[in-house]
Amino acid sequence: MSIFLLFTQSFNAQDIEVCQTCETRSISDAISQAKPGDKIIVKEGVYKEHKIIIDKPITLIGENLPIVDGENKGDIFQVFADSVTIDGLKLINVGSSYTSDFAAIRLSRAKNFLIQNLELRKIFFGIYLEKSHHGTIRNNNILGDAVNEHNSGNGIHLWYSKNVKIEDNLIQKVRDGIYLEFADDCVISNNKSIDNLRYGLHFMFSNDDVYQHNIFENNGAGVAVMFSKRIEMIRNEFKYNWGTAAYGLLLKEINDATIESNIFEENTTGINVEGSNRITYTKNDFKDNGTAIKVLGACYDNIFTLNNFLYNSFDVSFNSRLNTNRFHQNYWSEYTGYDLDEDGYGDVPYRPVKLFSYVVNQIPEAIILMRSLFVDIIDFSEKVSPVFTPDNLLDEEPLIRKYND
Amino acid sequence: MIKIDNLHKKFGKNEVLKGVDLNIPEKGIFAVLGPNGSGKTTLIKSILGMVVPDKGKIFIKGKETQQNGAYRSDIDYLPQIANFPNNLGVKELIKMIKDLRGVNADYDELIKVFKLEPFLNKKLNNLSGGTKQKVNIVLTFMFDSQIVILDEPTTGLDPVALIHLKNLIKKEKEKGKTILVTSHIMSFVEEISDEIVFILEGKIYFKGNLQELREKTGEADFEHAIANLLMKDHA
Amino acid sequence: MLKILKYSFFDLIRSRWSYVYLLFYLLLGFVLLFLNEDLSKAVITLMNVIIILVPLIGTIFGVMYYYDSKEFTELLLAQPVKRSSIFIGQYLGVSLSLVMSLVIGLGLPFVFYGLFQSSAIFDFTLLLVTGALLTLAFTAIAFNIALYNENKIKGFSYAILMWLFMAVIYDGLFLMFLVIFDTYPLDKFSLIATMLNPIDLSRILILLKLDIAALLGYTGAIFKEFFGTNTGLFSALGALMIWVVLPVFNIYRKSKKKDF
Repeated sequence: MSIFLLFTQSFNAQDIEVCQTCETRSISDAISQAKPGDKIIVKEGVYKEHKIIIDKPITLIGENLPIVDGENKGDIFQVFADSVTIDGLKLINVGSSYTSDFAAIRLSRAKNFLIQNLELRKIFFGIYLEKSHHGTIRNNNILGDAVNEHNSGNGIHLWYSKNVKIEDNLIQKVRDGIYLEFADDCVISNNKSIDNLRYGLHFMFSNDDVYQHNIFENNGAGVAVMFSKRIEMIRNEFKYNWGTAAYGLLLKEINDATIESNIFEENTTGINVEGSNRITYTKNDFKDNGTAIKVLGACYDNIFTLNNFLYNSFDVSFNSRLNTNRFHQNYWSEYTGYDLDEDGYGDVPYRPVKLFSYVVNQIPEAIILMRSLFVDIIDFSEKVSPVFTPDNLLDEEPLIRKYND
Repeated sequence: MIKIDNLHKKFGKNEVLKGVDLNIPEKGIFAVLGPNGSGKTTLIKSILGMVVPDKGKIFIKGKETQQNGAYRSDIDYLPQIANFPNNLGVKELIKMIKDLRGVNADYDELIKVFKLEPFLNKKLNNLSGGTKQKVNIVLTFMFDSQIVILDEPTTGLDPVALIHLKNLIKKEKEKGKTILVTSHIMSFVEEISDEIVFILEGKIYFKGNLQELREKTGEADFEHAIANLLMKDHA
Repeated sequence: MLKILKYSFFDLIRSRWSYVYLLFYLLLGFVLLFLNEDLSKAVITLMNVIIILVPLIGTIFGVMYYYDSKEFTELLLAQPVKRSSIFIGQYLGVSLSLVMSLVIGLGLPFVFYGLFQSSAIFDFTLLLVTGALLTLAFTAIAFNIALYNENKIKGFSYAILMWLFMAVIYDGLFLMFLVIFDTYPLDKFSLIATMLNPIDLSRILILLKLDIAALLGYTGAIFKEFFGTNTGLFSALGALMIWVVLPVFNIYRKSKKKDF
């Protein structure tokens, strides 16, 4: 049905061209001339326009990346209609404000939209969705110039928006690369979110979302998932998030999530978990992190299995003596046990929590003593008879060989 | 040749030399004698600069001795205990010492005399004490310095080697050298020395030739004369 | 001095122990690389071994050589050679032969496994430089201990104690201090305390390579400045060099005054 609708629309549709020498010289004019289903073709050039309102289902396509310059006056596009496509434009100079969230494109109560192939520069917010559902944001290149958190905006911002697909975007130097608040059933895939001030991807109160095959590098923290349920996190890469409060992945008050086949590499903390329950961590690689997994506060019934812990300074850091989490059949590069019965599992359990990680949690300066013989000795004695670390926090069947997918 | 002025040396609380004044003229063999712990070796080591004196001056050939040790090129020294770098061969050691001194050395004759040919390529830690001492002697006499200092040169030598040693010493004397010897073998001392310096409790107790010694002690026999010196002191 | 150095060096490189030492490193290098062909990982494992073992070997060889060659030293002392030249020459002979064993023993396996085509070459160089500096420092400290102790057994015991102190006890006291004075700002203290122990200094060089992510998790600005930039690398290397220069200078000073 919908295919049929689309087909008939395009059949009746009319093209309107916009250029400096055309009949129609501004995009706003073109839109006011257009009928629903029309296609507006914007030719190469610079268009100094802002607050362009799209209130009917039309397609807006740029040829050779025409520039729309908002001259720092506020929103550039405002979309209030369903089935709108915006494609192939370069949007610059949104202008910032402390009172309203100016964006390059704002969609409000719009459905079935397609926003693609855009280049966004000098923005405040990039693409801002309010109560807009069932759309796709694809292959956009967003580069901000954020310096401070309080006067910068997010690359892609969703608020009360459901069933949105966000894919193949490159987002750099904004506050949060992608921000979701009350956004359920969204799929976020193949994006790169790099050098952002706060988070590469940020979930607040959003449920049943999936993000996969994304790359998060050198952000304040890679991904933050807060107060959300049933989020699936699959095959993402979290890299080079260095600093005091820098995490590959921050989990806060989330339940029933799946974290599978991700790569966490060279982060100060791979995953920082607070008050999160019933999460399964499977087949992830934790490589060269300061602390691979840091568990704070009450976290119950989480399962870690088939993960590779490779050369992290600390594999697991735990601040409570009580443990109901289960580590099972993971590979630990620091494991020194043997496998006499050759079943692929070490015969001696591995204790991933070192006493020294407790010491460092208490006295951060003590980090300077890491890898000293003395620290090795106290870690060893703790391993032999645990006093400070939870007695049952151990991997009974550590893998002898690295797990390969 | 060697002049010592008011030499003092303490090791901890133990005062070994208490103001030694000594003048050793050119030419001749001088025996430094004294009971164990009297300071013989300390005196010799002071001359060599191996012990740093607390007080006093030492002149070699009229020049005061210096820290840099250059004056030692005028001295050939045979140490009491001969121990050498274990992994070197005899020949290598000889060449090394020669190299260190940077002067000509005449060792072929000496090696022949002491029959060291079979040991030339052996490592020093495989040699017996006597053989080591022979090597030690070669190392000392292969140079042609004005002053020769021998600390217990007879240790471990067989009678044949001893005769060769005596001949060597005599030969060096004929060349007009100044030779300083310490020894416990009184017959050896009696046979070779021209003059005797007797040290007791860190001081020169007697200095003179054999004749003077006999006169002073009233003993004809050398060994008894020395013993007499000691007894008197203890009396 | 060069002559003494030459003879001590040749004396040592012909001793059985130098070969044992060399063989040990060859074996260690080959076994490590055989088990895990990743050069960078092998370098890291080696670093852990080296910061403990090299000081121990340097200490033992230093003391042993000093006492073993005592009579030889006396022989040299009677020669027209400067005293300081004798001791510094011997010291350099021992330490350089040890350094050579280290460089050849580890170098060969790594070159064999393609060091020059690998990105690990910088880390490996750092490893060798650290190892060399540690050898130089600990041999010098051992020489000092021997110079102050005529008694061989005493000297040996002190030297081993010194090593034990630097390798283990020091860090224990350090940590205890941190625990006790937990409420005070400790980052400056920590850095200074690290500078005062050559083993800790070398460890810092490893941490900088390995655990930079963990190190940067600490909030203190001083740490950040130290570890986040090249300051850490250069000041640690510099301090390590001071650890070589000072004991060597003391060998020079002490040897002038000592009686034999």
